[in-house]
Amino acid sequence: MENLVQVAIQNVNFGAIMPSLVLSCVAMALLLVTAFSPRGKTVHVNWLAIIGLLVTGWVSLGAWNAPQFGFAGMVALDNFATFFNLIFIVAAILTILMSDEYLKREGYPVGEFYPLILFTTAGAMWMASGTDLMSIFLGLEVLSISLYVLAGFFRRQQRSNEAGLKYFLLGAFSTGFLLYGIALLYGAAGTTNLADMGTYFNAHRAILGNPMTIAGMLLLSTGFLFKIGAAPFHMWTPDVYQGAPTPVTAFMSTAAKAAAFAAFVRILTLALGGLQEEWTSLLWVLAVMTMIVGNIIAIYQTDIKRILAYSSIAHAGYALVGLVAANQIGLSGILFYMLAYTLMNLGAFAVLVLAGKKGEDNLTLQGFAGFGYKQPLLGIAMTVFLFSLMGLPPTAGFTGKFYIFAGAVKAGYIWLAILGVLNSAVSLYYYLRIMVAMYFKEPTEDFAWVKLHPAVVIAIVISVVGVFYLGIVPGDVMAVAKLAQPF
Amino acid sequence: MISNLLSLMTFFPLVGALVLLVIPNKEKTALKAVTLVVTIITFFISLPLAFNDVFTTSAEMQYTEFYRWINIGDFFQMNYSIGVDGISLWLVLLTTFIMPIAVLSTWHAVEKSIKGFMVMLLLLETGMLGAFVSLDLFLFYIFWELMLVPMYFLIGIWGGKNRIYAAVKFFIYTAVGSLLMLVAIIYVYYFGMKSGISPNGFSIADFYRLSIDPSLQTWLFLAFAFSFAIKVPMFPFHTWLPDAHTEAPTAGSVILAAILLKMGTYGYMRFAMPLFPEALHTFMPLLATLATIGIIYGALVAMMQDDVKKLVAYSSVSHLGFVMLGIFALNLEGMAGGMLQMVNHGISTGALFLIVGFIYERRHTRQISEFGGLAKQMPIFATIFMIITFSSIGLPGTNGFVGEFLALIGAFQSELRIYAIIASSGVIFAAVYMLWMFQRVMFGELKNPENQKLKDLDAREITLMVPLLVFVFWIGVYPNTFFEKMNPSLEKLIHQVKSKQQVAMVQPAVIPAAPMAAPPAAGGHH
Repeated sequence: MENLVQVAIQNVNFGAIMPSLVLSCVAMALLLVTAFSPRGKTVHVNWLAIIGLLVTGWVSLGAWNAPQFGFAGMVALDNFATFFNLIFIVAAILTILMSDEYLKREGYPVGEFYPLILFTTAGAMWMASGTDLMSIFLGLEVLSISLYVLAGFFRRQQRSNEAGLKYFLLGAFSTGFLLYGIALLYGAAGTTNLADMGTYFNAHRAILGNPMTIAGMLLLSTGFLFKIGAAPFHMWTPDVYQGAPTPVTAFMSTAAKAAAFAAFVRILTLALGGLQEEWTSLLWVLAVMTMIVGNIIAIYQTDIKRILAYSSIAHAGYALVGLVAANQIGLSGILFYMLAYTLMNLGAFAVLVLAGKKGEDNLTLQGFAGFGYKQPLLGIAMTVFLFSLMGLPPTAGFTGKFYIFAGAVKAGYIWLAILGVLNSAVSLYYYLRIMVAMYFKEPTEDFAWVKLHPAVVIAIVISVVGVFYLGIVPGDVMAVAKLAQPF
Repeated sequence: MISNLLSLMTFFPLVGALVLLVIPNKEKTALKAVTLVVTIITFFISLPLAFNDVFTTSAEMQYTEFYRWINIGDFFQMNYSIGVDGISLWLVLLTTFIMPIAVLSTWHAVEKSIKGFMVMLLLLETGMLGAFVSLDLFLFYIFWELMLVPMYFLIGIWGGKNRIYAAVKFFIYTAVGSLLMLVAIIYVYYFGMKSGISPNGFSIADFYRLSIDPSLQTWLFLAFAFSFAIKVPMFPFHTWLPDAHTEAPTAGSVILAAILLKMGTYGYMRFAMPLFPEALHTFMPLLATLATIGIIYGALVAMMQDDVKKLVAYSSVSHLGFVMLGIFALNLEGMAGGMLQMVNHGISTGALFLIVGFIYERRHTRQISEFGGLAKQMPIFATIFMIITFSSIGLPGTNGFVGEFLALIGAFQSELRIYAIIASSGVIFAAVYMLWMFQRVMFGELKNPENQKLKDLDAREITLMVPLLVFVFWIGVYPNTFFEKMNPSLEKLIHQVKSKQQVAMVQPAVIPAAPMAAPPAAGGHH
């Protein structure tokens, strides 16, 4: 017992958890600020939160090419984690920028919202830098619990309540699977450390074929596939995405998804590399299923948030293609794609935040008719995001898809790449429907309520610039993603 | 020689589009004038190409520019690599030549958000020029897809009654084809990388040097050919075309017919044929059959149309069939005929859509039965219409004759003789549907009171037809101006394709099938 304690103390390295540490401290400080600020007086917690995030970003950047390890191999702040940390920070900043106006409009100008976003981000960071099943699980729980609250944040709104409860019940259930998987894998390998597990399995290949190991891998995958929103574990996404407050939806579909991918990639490549043949064939099927389910059902939707929810499922499918390829290009493609998706999806949601009325009942294809004429600038921005989501050059969506499909082709998964691009072709239809509503239909609304609030506009501008930057001169970020992939 | 002439030409319209964005919406004349000036300047920038004699002797790429663009080591590299040779030369010039005419043709026709319309036209020009001058497949793909977006909006916003259906159909048809091509492009890239020939980006010149196993070529060729066949369009992938043409505004139809369709035929000449010569040989009977069906079918359906614009749209299917047949002949006559016919079709069908636009602007109908006897009322219009009709039919002395004749001669001299014989009947059908339509619209009694008030062409309309008429006769009487500059490049292309085909026939399949062709067992069963 004494020994263990000593080991733990020797491995304390706050540098390895510095980003999430800073962020958690900021979040707690902000909680106090909101708790002690006088009633009726506005404290600009959102800007404080953004400053906190920028500081965290700066701290994270310090770890680039200077990896930090600590806590008995439980966390590693390497390039991989840093890249994802930056994605989370970008996502959180954009989310916060679009939240203030939105919360006011919907009648919940509550400061607690921002610390919760920060806690979620800190949890995501734990997941990306976790190199032990326990630390990853810890991060996942921090992330999930904050998100449960955020999804149900509008406590007097039925849809939001439903979203929160649904997400909580199903999420708790999937966590059960995940834990069970972890337990089985621990039983098989005798450790929860990813690297040790990988070494152990390599040395004892017979254990890999043991049903316990396989079952462990499957249950573990179920937990992550749920978080990613991959078919057949996608059922919760549409309702939750539609019901949750729009900025929360935006954040969930980007940062939370990226975090799950980060942990999933690390576990599969580091600990379960020996089972690669098994998990690639599993994920091959699931990737195709996810793309098809997401795209086909999206075609039938008329609510724009729901369209984007199903499209988010499809995008998880594209990213899974990179995981199936499991080569350097495919894996760094996931990193690049997650960043690209974060920018274009958050941008699209930011436009929706401005376009929505209180209660957001107007965010349907019909309600969007003529939006492009009444709000030309927002229309152009939305067009850019939609073309990027379609994967058309010269946008981030195209380079991202190119990156991932190139990985698949190089790894020999030609059919997967073909199915992927055919699915993109299907997706054109529903993205075009939004555009048809925006430009080809006569306006039925005057959109007079739409005000270009500076914070949201900043978020949109950042996203547009990012989408074009990653689309026209993607070289630098691609090179960075190459350095950040786990091999 | 300006060193960055091609870049300047390609991106000048884009700069113009950005300038338009800052001009307020209500300055309608200013918006139109700026667009017109930008397209005219672009034309003048491209003009030195027409007077450069280097094309008469050299088959190499001229005016080349090369910059590193994306360089991710062993992942992939893309370069900004552009240039022009005898094949793309005339298509580039056709583009810069048609654009000012298209802009001028919309002077009064477009009322709704004119700024957006003009921005789309300029974006489209950048996309088209970029696609013609790209020497890197990745770059080509970017421009290729870039063309889709403005055309989609042109049809969807400013089109006719069924515009939404037509626009979405156009977009999805073209995108499906190009997405499959994208997979093929990536595949060829990694294939080249593995065989060590193509470490330097998606350069076409490097890709030409690959020796790809014939069975593998089959698949890659299919992906490329499918994408280009949709664009041409070849039967049976043509169904988007009548919809798009009929619904598009006049300028959109002109550009679609004159330039966008040439993207498909150009794609065959630049990519599908020289990259996969053996597969081309395998599929030749199928391709020639489809081209011939297109010629006959397009003509027969055109004959049955009662809407002038639809008639012209279907005549495009027929005309492009001649182009394809000429190209597939793989001899100089056929190639040159096909190439020239691309330019011809751009001029005469572009002109026909303008003519349809003239009467539509006056009467707001395109039904043949609504007209009759217009010749008396509009003598200038009648004269111009007649000349263009003859040019479209291919009457000797006009441009259409030279192109079609050579394309058929070329096909006749090659192994495609039987197809050439059948296709010749298309020339007769063309005369039938065009002359019949002309007769019904222009001759007879001027019964309809609405038609009795029609005004003849005004100065603007004559101005935009005159340049087209000049070329109708120039090409018809002295086509050598054009041939001498395309011949070296065409000869090189023919040599490129044929030498590889012969090598393949002598020693079939020396290269083992690439292991990449088979998906690994893990994923292969699904």
